[in-house]
Amino acid sequence: MFLLHEYDIFWAFLIISSLIPILAFIISGVLAPINEGPEKLSSYESGIEPMGDAWLQFRIRYYMFALVFVVFDVETVFLYPWAMSFDVLGVSVFLEALIFVLILIVGLVYAWRKGALEWS
Amino acid sequence: MIIDTTKVEAINSFSRSESLKEVYELIWLLVPIFTTVFGIIIGVLVIVWLERQISAGVQQRIGPEYAGPLGILQALADGTKLLFKEDLLPSRGDIRLFSIGPSIAVISILLSYLVIPFGYRLVLADLSIGVFLWIAISSIAPIGLLMSGYGSNNKYSFLGGLRAAAQSISYEIPLTPCVLSISLLSNSSSTVDIVEAQSKYGFWGWNLWRQPIGFTVFLISSLAECERLPFDLPEAEEELVAGYQTEYSGIKFGLFYVASYLNLLVSSLFVTVLYLGGWNFSIPYILIPELLGINEMGGVFGTTISIFITLAKAYLFLFIPITTRWTLPRMRMDQLLNLGWKFLLPISLGNLLLTTSSQLFSL
Repeated sequence: MFLLHEYDIFWAFLIISSLIPILAFIISGVLAPINEGPEKLSSYESGIEPMGDAWLQFRIRYYMFALVFVVFDVETVFLYPWAMSFDVLGVSVFLEALIFVLILIVGLVYAWRKGALEWS
Repeated sequence: MIIDTTKVEAINSFSRSESLKEVYELIWLLVPIFTTVFGIIIGVLVIVWLERQISAGVQQRIGPEYAGPLGILQALADGTKLLFKEDLLPSRGDIRLFSIGPSIAVISILLSYLVIPFGYRLVLADLSIGVFLWIAISSIAPIGLLMSGYGSNNKYSFLGGLRAAAQSISYEIPLTPCVLSISLLSNSSSTVDIVEAQSKYGFWGWNLWRQPIGFTVFLISSLAECERLPFDLPEAEEELVAGYQTEYSGIKFGLFYVASYLNLLVSSLFVTVLYLGGWNFSIPYILIPELLGINEMGGVFGTTISIFITLAKAYLFLFIPITTRWTLPRMRMDQLLNLGWKFLLPISLGNLLLTTSSQLFSL
C-alpha cells in the first residue's frame, strides 16, 4: 500500500476534496440562523402529518437488480487487464476472452428468462 | 575535533535540507490540486450559467441578467444565499447518514477529476488505470444518494434514493464495456494514452468515428448517470416531490446541486477525452502547418491553447445534454430499466466484440 507513490496525489486529493463539505458545513453553521420548531422539523408528506416510518419493506426488485449488477460489474472488471494488453496477447487469448464474454451473455439471457430484469 | 564538528554540521545541514525538500515536495503536491479544485469550481459556475441561459433561450425567456454582466454571477449569488439558509435536520431521521450522504456524493464525483487531462500531458495523476479509476469511483456516488434517502426517513426521499441507486448501477453496466472498447483501441487505460492514440489524423482520428455505437451508448448512459432529464426519475417532481433531496435545505441541498453539475462536467470532459480527441487541435488541413503541432509545444502558450481546446470541446458538447433536457419527456421506471438492461447492455457487449474483432485484423 505504502509503496505506491503514484497514488500519493490521490490521497492528497481525497483529503482536500473531503475538506470541501466540512468547510461548507462549518461556514453554514456559523452564518445560518437557527429557528426550529416541531412542525418545521417533521418530515414532509404533502402538508399532512407524516404517517408512520419510511423505514419499512421495499420492493424486492431493487435487490434483484443489485444482484445482477454485482455479477456483471465483476465480470467486466476481469476484462480490463485483457483489453490493456490486447496487442501482446494475440489470438489465443482473444478466443478465451470471447468464451468469457459468451458466458456473460448466457448469464444475461438466463437472468432475462428468469424474469430478474422485469420491473412489474 | 575539527573534522568531527564539520561532520556534525554536515549531518545537520543534510537533515535540514531533507526536511526542506519534503516541505517543497508537499507544496508541489498541493499547488496543482488547489489549482484544479479552483478551476473546477469556476467550471461549475460557468456550467450553471450556461444551463440557465440555454434553457432560457430554448423557452424564449431572457434568463438571469441582473447578477453581474449577462447574469454570470447568478450561480455564485445562489450559492451564497444557500450558505445563509437554515440547515434543517428532520427530527425522526438518522442525522449522521443525513449529513454524510451529500458529502459522499460530492467527494466521490470530485475525485474523478484526478485522471482528466486538461491539456497536453497536463493531468493531476497520470495513473495507468486511468479511466478504470473513474468507473470505480463513480460507483460510490449512489451510496451517498442511498444514505441521504434512507437518513431522511421520508417516503419520497427513500423511494428517490432507491431509484437513484437502481438507475446508476443499471447504467454503469453498459458504460463499462464502452470504455473498455476505447481502452482496447489504444491498448491502455491511461487517459493520456487514450488522447494520444487519437492525435494522428486530426479530426478523423477521433474515437467518435471508430466507435459510433459506443459513443451513442456512452452518451445515453452518462445522461442517466447524471440523472439528466429523460432519466431524472430519482427527482421526478410530479411523483416524488424532489426525490432524495426532499428534506434537504441550506448548504446540504447546495452540495447536491454542486454534485449534479460536477457530474455533468466530468461526464462531458470524459466524452471529450474518450471520443473527441482531448487536447488535440483536430483540424488536419489547416493552412498553417505549424498550428497543428501548437498544443504539443511546451511553455505557457501551448499549455493555455491545449486547455482552451479541451474546455471548448467539453462546453460545446454540453449543449447536447442541456437541449435534450427541454426536448424529451421523462421515462417510466420500467422503461428506464428495460432500456438499460435489455437494449443498451447487449448492444454494448456486441460493440465490444465488434471492436475486438476489428482490432484482431489489424494485429
